[in-house]
Amino acid sequence: MPYSAKGETVMSMNRREFLKIAGVSTIAGLGGTAVFSHLGKNSLEAVQTSPNTDALTGKQWGMVIDMDKLKSEETIKKVTEACHRIHNVPDFGNPKDEVKWIWTETFEHSFPGQEHKYMSEDMMHKPFLLLCNHCTDPACVRVCPTKATFKRKDGIVMQDMHRCIGCRFCMAACPFGARSFNYRDPRGKDANGNPFIKEENKEYPTRMIGVVEKCTFCVERIEKGLKPACVEESNGALVFGDIDDPASEIRRILNSQYTIRRKPELGTGPNIYYIIGGNDYAVVPEIR
Amino acid sequence: MLEKALSGSKKYWTWIFILLVFIGIGTVNYLRQFQTGLTITGLSRDVSWGLYIGQFTFLVGVAASGVMLVLPYYLHNFKQFAKITILGEFLAVSAVTMCMLFIFVDMGQPMRIMNVLLYPTPNSVMFWDAFVLSGYLALNIIVGWVVLGSEKNGIAPPKWVKPLIYLSIAWAPSIHTVTAFLYSGLPGRHFWLSAIMAARFLASAFAAGPALLIILALIIRKFTKFDPGKEAVQTLGKIVTYFMITNVFFFGLEFFTAFYSNIPGHMHPFQYLFAGIGEYNKLVPLMWTSVILAIASIALLIFPAVRRNESTLAIACAMVFISLWIDKGFGLIIGGFVPNMFETVTEYWPTMPEALITIGVWAVGLLVLTILYKIAITVREETAGVEIEH
Repeated sequence: MPYSAKGETVMSMNRREFLKIAGVSTIAGLGGTAVFSHLGKNSLEAVQTSPNTDALTGKQWGMVIDMDKLKSEETIKKVTEACHRIHNVPDFGNPKDEVKWIWTETFEHSFPGQEHKYMSEDMMHKPFLLLCNHCTDPACVRVCPTKATFKRKDGIVMQDMHRCIGCRFCMAACPFGARSFNYRDPRGKDANGNPFIKEENKEYPTRMIGVVEKCTFCVERIEKGLKPACVEESNGALVFGDIDDPASEIRRILNSQYTIRRKPELGTGPNIYYIIGGNDYAVVPEIR
Repeated sequence: MLEKALSGSKKYWTWIFILLVFIGIGTVNYLRQFQTGLTITGLSRDVSWGLYIGQFTFLVGVAASGVMLVLPYYLHNFKQFAKITILGEFLAVSAVTMCMLFIFVDMGQPMRIMNVLLYPTPNSVMFWDAFVLSGYLALNIIVGWVVLGSEKNGIAPPKWVKPLIYLSIAWAPSIHTVTAFLYSGLPGRHFWLSAIMAARFLASAFAAGPALLIILALIIRKFTKFDPGKEAVQTLGKIVTYFMITNVFFFGLEFFTAFYSNIPGHMHPFQYLFAGIGEYNKLVPLMWTSVILAIASIALLIFPAVRRNESTLAIACAMVFISLWIDKGFGLIIGGFVPNMFETVTEYWPTMPEALITIGVWAVGLLVLTILYKIAITVREETAGVEIEH
């Protein structure tokens, strides 16, 4: 077959789509319509009990974090606290056992190797929001020996708390430090009798001791048609959407702004993009 | 044959009792860990594997090294190893048992261990590691037991065991290769992301394992009527020498690539381990102990006169073993996690309960080894003078 770089891309996309349909049809032919409806577009994700027409749909959820707009400490606090509160993330009160889904690191620690000594103090120590990158080709999913961590059809990297054996292979594999292990019982109390989960959200499950957990991109909210909690609390600094959809807002931003990702050279395909901006010469966010 | 482990001298029973005490202490501490969680260890969000996984890694090597006795005897008809292949096979059984226990005590949800079999995941290296390790354990139990049983009855081993022996020879390198792949296939862990990892694992295994076998052989000769053979010990000494040199050479390659390329991420773990980063330098004395022991042991072993003297050979072998235990049972794992993914440093040091659990698992391994060796040696003592081809 004649080969051209451009043609190859188009061809392979078409071929993949074709094979998908062909594969499903074959199975449908073998197993009847029940199989077909199960494999079709309306099939349920593992966390669902019934199909929900309000649910947001996408092929690869992603996020843009606009550091121009993420300037107040207050907003950052609101974002991280909202996430940890609604997801019953325990506070063990020490960095050794810490569990966190979304947190901040300075530029030099968020993008190690990108910093340089002439960088402004302001930039060097700017707090970047970090969370699971919901990678396109996640190393954590590749190494998990029980499929306890897996990638959903909408691109979200999930963790099955009932299957996880707590081997922590995923923590060794994740290049972004996005995973936390429950070194203690999150449902327990500290020495003074204070519960590790300050106020339990009864709408979201708590976890047990000895399993790994991480950001879920708020699947429980996406199912209801809501955006992730961090996005909602961010005053527009965080934009969430389907990276696979050329018409999405997130794609428009990626098309018009210069963005960077954490450690793209490792090939995991991180889906959190950062607009750095924000030095003294940049447009002041309040005016924009 | 098991009954042979049930009668022994006072020394034998004292030794067994001491091991049982350590197993007891380890078990009590493990139960506490089971109850309270891995928080009682030195492990953290940043350094999520430590002493347990280090021991596992090191002991896979010891297990694989049994092949250094089995291969020369069965493939090259090296007669001097005839009497001691069983020691290599039973050492492998003991080492793999410890490996499995170390994985078990490291798990957050150990009651779910069967999930690895219930949801087989071929894309996970850990799945393959579980497969090759249990296969190797089974092979060595079957081969060792059948060959020894035949010897006890004064007959040649059954023919069907030969293919299993050949299989076990091919299988041995696989367990350590797959174990190396656990580490060397991870993106973002500079210290581990190295193509030479599996080769270095095998080199260090084939130095540490035979070094331990030499020490065990000398102990056996001292305390029992069974003599593993002077020639056998000498040949093992040569094997230790060559592979220790190979291991140090491989380590030098890692060092060169990291520092000549001058890539910060590749240099940082070496800097942390051997010089410390800022005020963080907990592992520096240990790592230099390992380096000095490695160099000194080679300096001793390359002289034939030193090797021929069994006391100096034993000392050199102890140095090899300790050096490699530090390097692989500790430094290798920690170096993968420090600095962490944010280029910051969280240090790790095992806690007392963690150390006691580790000693407890070693005691289980030594108990298994003692019982198996007791059986093998009793059979050898009874059939002394009778040589059967196997």
